[in-house]
Amino acid sequence: MIEIKNLHATVDGKEILKGIDLTINPGEVHAIMGPNGSGKSTLSYVLAGRDGYEITEGSVSFFGKDLLEMEPEERAAAGLFLAFQYPVEIPGVANTTFLKSALNAIRKQRGEPELDAMQFLKLVREKTKALNMTDEMLKRAVNVGFSGGEKKRNETLQMAVLQPKFAILDETDSGLDIDALKIVAEGVNALRSPERSMLVITHYQRLLDYIVPDHVHVLAFGKIQRSGGKELALELEKNGYAEFGVNEAA
Amino acid sequence: MAATTETVEQVRAVTEQKYKYGFTTDIESDVAPKGLNEDTVRFISAKKEEPEWLLEWRLKAFRVWQEMEEPRHWAKLSYPPIDYQDAHYYAAPKMKDRPKSLDEVDPELLKTYEKLGIPLREQEILAGVEGAEGKSPAIAVDAVFDSVSVATTFKAKLEEMGIIFCSISEAVHKCPELVQKYLGSVVPYTDNFYATLNCAVFTDGSFVYIPKGVRCPMELSTYFRINQANTGQFERTLIIADEGSYVSYLEGCTAPKRDENQLHAAVVELVALDDAQIKYSTVQNWYPGNEDGVGGIYNFVTKRGACRGRNSKISWTQVETGSAITWKYPSCILQGDNSVGEFYSVAITNNFQQADTGTKMIHIGKNTRSTIVSKGISAGRAQQTYRGLVKILPKAEGARNHTQCDSLLIGDQCGAHTVPYIENRNRTARVEHEATTAKISEDQLFYCRQRGLSEEDAVSLIVNGFCKEVLKELPMEFAVEAQKLVGISLEGSVG
Ligand SMILES: Nc1ncnc2c1ncn2[C@@H]1O[C@H](COP(=O)(O)OP(=O)(O)OP(=O)(O)O)[C@@H](O)[C@H]1O
Ligand SMILES: [Mg+2]
Repeated sequence: MIEIKNLHATVDGKEILKGIDLTINPGEVHAIMGPNGSGKSTLSYVLAGRDGYEITEGSVSFFGKDLLEMEPEERAAAGLFLAFQYPVEIPGVANTTFLKSALNAIRKQRGEPELDAMQFLKLVREKTKALNMTDEMLKRAVNVGFSGGEKKRNETLQMAVLQPKFAILDETDSGLDIDALKIVAEGVNALRSPERSMLVITHYQRLLDYIVPDHVHVLAFGKIQRSGGKELALELEKNGYAEFGVNEAA
Repeated sequence: MAATTETVEQVRAVTEQKYKYGFTTDIESDVAPKGLNEDTVRFISAKKEEPEWLLEWRLKAFRVWQEMEEPRHWAKLSYPPIDYQDAHYYAAPKMKDRPKSLDEVDPELLKTYEKLGIPLREQEILAGVEGAEGKSPAIAVDAVFDSVSVATTFKAKLEEMGIIFCSISEAVHKCPELVQKYLGSVVPYTDNFYATLNCAVFTDGSFVYIPKGVRCPMELSTYFRINQANTGQFERTLIIADEGSYVSYLEGCTAPKRDENQLHAAVVELVALDDAQIKYSTVQNWYPGNEDGVGGIYNFVTKRGACRGRNSKISWTQVETGSAITWKYPSCILQGDNSVGEFYSVAITNNFQQADTGTKMIHIGKNTRSTIVSKGISAGRAQQTYRGLVKILPKAEGARNHTQCDSLLIGDQCGAHTVPYIENRNRTARVEHEATTAKISEDQLFYCRQRGLSEEDAVSLIVNGFCKEVLKELPMEFAVEAQKLVGISLEGSVG
């Protein structure tokens, strides 16, 4: 599905990603853990096509296509979704309006018919309910005045509506209370299927109790330092990142 | 059926005027000779068979105008000098020199019509295609130009309720006492350079009178009046809401008009008596010139409403996306105690457009309240200024104003300026002013694009969100088109 080879990326002349190799097959869930500032969000932004990163080396292929050549909206239409670590506020734009525009923009790019207001409402109501969100939140402006946890839940809702083929969840668990964590994890698990893959970025093994990964990777200093099964997360929880030369006090 | 026949007649009248007036003598001519002098004013007045008092009023205005200086310095606008002698001040609806079919119309304009979803036949009328209004009028009016037949159907109903809705030239003959009493009573003929010129040479516009206690059952719109397809340079609108009445009036239409007139200097006067309410909405979408700033309309308009009666209310809502230059300050004179003035504005300038717009709220009566919400969006190399005056006179006990001015910049070559003047001469009055300036953030754009929206759709969505408080004040059917328009006017502003 996605094949990342020797990916190097710099921001303002500073190299952040220093040769990432990662292959994710259909149906797999991979988790990335790693210390603050190690480049996890940078990797997700680069994959989603955000401006401001220079790719100095390497390649990414997505369903056989050169991902790095595509515009962000083309990547979205191809099935890539990023749940943001810091979801963005858009004042004055109702959550439903935003979601409907997004869904129809994607459908249009794919040559599928757009959903009318009734069809859309039915779909979004269903997903909202599954995530224990209120209709009131749908009417509010995108992320404006949402609590940290509500924003994360809203990201999950968008994912549930857009039904991506490859979802990157950048610390979607941060800021969630215990119940919300379960609900969000259920939402994510509901999306798991043999055709769909996920890249889950997290600091806490706790999330991985709910969303059980097939593979866990440790990203530090812009490189994947170690990969393993789900037990690697438990080990990291116990020992921290000292083994990778990260000074815990820093 | 009678209503339809009447509209057909109207359409025929427009197309036949050419023959009625002929071309033989000067006064019979279709077009006034170029230039502006007292004879031009007399010519226009004679053409319209106006009463003596109106001619005198026009002449007084003309004499004042000659002594006036063009206000070229205080507004933040720049443009080459206008030669007022090098223009025709009267032209019967043009039947010549118009495109023969849509093939001859600027393709850019047609693209915009298409995006707005305007039917083909209606496009022809808007683009001024030769004979478009006249072509088997019954079809043009009934099957295609739906809004017109709607209007005529309602016309009978309006008349029944005592509502007068007609062109101002018609009103001069139909209800001269109302026109004489109120014309120039809000914007006097000495008011300002452009308004004074309008007084001297205005050729047409709309007139509305709502009788006591009547709530006008439909939105009145210039769009419904077929002759509007040929707006004059100098429109004059007068709306009077008698005691306890209500009217919502829509000006213009959201489709951009092809228009060869460079200078537009309209005047709009509103009068609200005791407990009356006027809601006046505008979507102005005239030709803004091309991406290099060539061509485009100069829109110098004076709009003012007088809340004469107690508890009266006037709201201005405007969405300004067109014209090369916009100079416009819809204002409220809050004379009646407890009267309310509102101004909701969205102004979008792209490429080389310039806009200097805002409002004036003059608080005279006790407990008068005003609200100003101005949203300015600048892109490209456009320059935009909000210029507002809130004036509280000594007798305006308990007056209140709240002003909110938000500017949004797209790119770094455009400018937004806020010039609020506040004059408070009553200690019990409260005046609040808030202003913000923001840029569309990279984060917002990327977030939208990650969800599948193109950059242009993302800008349109974000800007519509920014303008929401104002757009929600527009009547429903207008709001949808206005939203599309916001997107269209900002095309090419990013990337
Ligand atoms: N525009 C920028 N200019 C300079 N440095 C940057 C810029 N953007 C990111 N960085 C740096 O890149 C490094 C990686 O940041 P990134 O956000 O990818 O970390 P992360 O692994 O997601 O951390 P966290 O766990 O705290 O979310 C950090 O040191 C950060 O300061
Ligand atoms: Mg991060």
